[in-house]
Amino acid sequence: MRSRYEGVVIAAPVTIPYVRYSTRDAHWFLGRALAALIKRAGITKDALDGLCVSSFTLFPDSAVGLTQHFGVSPRWLDHVPMGGASGIVMLRRAARAVQAGDADIVACLAGDTNHVDSFRANLANFSRFARDAVYPIGAGGPNASFALLTAYYMRQFGIAAADFGKLCVAQRDNALKFPYALFRKPLTLDEYLDARPIADPLKLFDCVMPCAGAEGFLVMREARARALGLPFARILGTIERHNAFPDDPIQIRGGWALDRDDLYAQAGVGPADMDFVQVYDDYPVISVMQLEDLGFCAKGEGADFVRRNTFTVGGSLPLNTSGGQLSAGQAGAGGGSLGLTEAVRQLTGETLGAKVDDAKLGLVSGFGMINYDRGLCGGAAVLGRA
Amino acid sequence: MTEPLQKPQPRNPVRALRRPTLPPTARSRAALRFTAAAAEGRFELQTCADCATLQYPPRAVCVNCLSHRLEWRAVSGEGELNAATTLHHANELYFRERMPMRLGAVKLDAGPVVLTHVHGDCVVPSRVRVRAHLDKSGQAALIALPPQDTENMADDPMLREMTSDPKFRKVLVTDGKSAVGQAVARALIDAGADLVWVGVAEPWKQAAGLDKLKALRQVEIVPLDVTDEKSVRDLAGVIGGKVDILINTAELHRTHKIADRGSETARAEMEVNYLGLLRLAQAFGPAMQARAAEGSVPATAWVNLLSIYALAALPSHGTFSASKAAAFALSQNLRAEMRHAGIRVVNVFPGPIDDEWNQLVPPPKLGASALAKAIVAALRHGVEDIYPGDVAQDIVTRFRESQKVLERELWDQ
Repeated sequence: MRSRYEGVVIAAPVTIPYVRYSTRDAHWFLGRALAALIKRAGITKDALDGLCVSSFTLFPDSAVGLTQHFGVSPRWLDHVPMGGASGIVMLRRAARAVQAGDADIVACLAGDTNHVDSFRANLANFSRFARDAVYPIGAGGPNASFALLTAYYMRQFGIAAADFGKLCVAQRDNALKFPYALFRKPLTLDEYLDARPIADPLKLFDCVMPCAGAEGFLVMREARARALGLPFARILGTIERHNAFPDDPIQIRGGWALDRDDLYAQAGVGPADMDFVQVYDDYPVISVMQLEDLGFCAKGEGADFVRRNTFTVGGSLPLNTSGGQLSAGQAGAGGGSLGLTEAVRQLTGETLGAKVDDAKLGLVSGFGMINYDRGLCGGAAVLGRA
Repeated sequence: MTEPLQKPQPRNPVRALRRPTLPPTARSRAALRFTAAAAEGRFELQTCADCATLQYPPRAVCVNCLSHRLEWRAVSGEGELNAATTLHHANELYFRERMPMRLGAVKLDAGPVVLTHVHGDCVVPSRVRVRAHLDKSGQAALIALPPQDTENMADDPMLREMTSDPKFRKVLVTDGKSAVGQAVARALIDAGADLVWVGVAEPWKQAAGLDKLKALRQVEIVPLDVTDEKSVRDLAGVIGGKVDILINTAELHRTHKIADRGSETARAEMEVNYLGLLRLAQAFGPAMQARAAEGSVPATAWVNLLSIYALAALPSHGTFSASKAAAFALSQNLRAEMRHAGIRVVNVFPGPIDDEWNQLVPPPKLGASALAKAIVAALRHGVEDIYPGDVAQDIVTRFRESQKVLERELWDQ
């Protein structure tokens, strides 16, 4: 049995508002997130002794360059280039560092800029496999990869476009109340189904919209959070797994399926106990896979699960309560922390949008890095109310 | 089923030419080995010398046992197409101009999953044949084809991007006096070429077979002397803006050693074999590159008739070998320049051709029509280097085993 994260908490969720395109650089968004964090915590930056960063557009810098850029001297530093899983992974790394005493307060920052042409430029150099075997055939970016996953999943398990649409429509409903969401217009199922095709079977509202923005949070001891008067959430359990099930001819599951028992054992709770779930949702098929692999239903029963539940904030399983990336936008690596900051807000009552009634337990999961034909990084965390 | 390619309409001169764009060209060094095999028409995968695992994409070490002893071996491209998508949106200009376009994931029988272009006649799920072809950028890309040939299979738009099928194309064959030039013209017509210009130097001299060639409907005899800069430029001025494929068959072959006599013969060989190519490239290259993305049947390929002795000199044909080696070097430069437009430069390295200048060379010798068929096949299959004939195959194998050993073996041949 792995040791728990006793006495370590996550606090001070911040979001630097998303914009479709920005002339600023990643350093600007991450710098603003750091400034917002210390303001929120009521500390000076000298009080931070740990820094953890995730960003795609920081090149040629990494976390180490940011220490000088921001004028901080942390005694613990990490760079987590894991995209959609980076939020969970940063939380795990930071929590253990704090627990072991290697750092007292760790600032976790995730975000990116989005210039008019930076998305294309990033795709071209995303990974060696992408450069050698994906980008040259025109599958630049996740659209084509997720189209193949979605087509295969639909054929194998009989899920319908309208089932994916139900998730997208519910998340849009959640987004209507979230001030930072880029999509603030109601979406109907007909609009979803009639949207223009992007990569069959994916249509426009299946595809996440890249944008600029940043997310941030602090990890510290509970006693420190209390002393600072900061609301916080407990870290009950976490997992991560990379390159799981490499022999599946097409990805139909992620590392969560390997490690979920470990997650729930560490947290001492199960999926049925969750008051809300924040899944990584750049495309709806991956939301369904996470619900399956994290034990909300069996593999292949996602369609039935979607039909039996409602996913708005007041629904039977509130899902992506700030609208998720599909309605809020994907601020690059910031998308991997969107669910975490929203979960902390729900559990501390600091919500910016719609509030889940009496939320005590929430599940957050992340998924990232389509390196070649599948996403490699998966992670999840169970958070609890203080 | 693939729609048959229609004969292109004449271009509207008022419309702007479509400027050539290329698919992404950057590759890791390991992946260039994949391209090297595809350039010669082979589908090879990285194979572990220790545990025999096949892998894709190319890696630095074996994905199974971490051995660094990786080799490239030809494998079957057969497999199962598990999923496909039709893209309606792309970020790169090249693909944006070619929407919609199919992509898929194939589980190869050999082991790995490959992401590929998908031929329009493939259904999901089904068996497919995966091939590695050079794309417009000159790098290898994969395409999944239906399990058996289908009607009009070669007319699939993406497959045509990767090949240079002569169908409906206008071709210049630079020397119609030689048996090889005439056979190439005939093979092109058999392959559906729309028009074949056949160059003839010194037209007052009779040449066997030319009258028969002239009688063919698709053939047009044009004056062309590759040793005369004005002649080359004049012809380019008339037809340069229409040539889709240029096949340079002009060659001068004398059988001399260094000690034989003065430099006149060697100079004459260089005038045709090396400088002739240079003059053609300067006069015809720019216009072909400008038309490399135009319409349904754009300018596509440039073929140079070299010699297997361009790789390793045959001392008994010393000055000829030297002129072909010079032409080979120039052709590599031409390839490097023409890749910016996506024009494929094909190098043909035949063994001894069965003509009067190889009288004393023992068989096997390559017949003109076999060579012509090999050239047309290279265009259809989109390969970049061919070594037609048994002698060429033998010598290229020995060349790759040991250039130094081969050098000595050729001394007394």
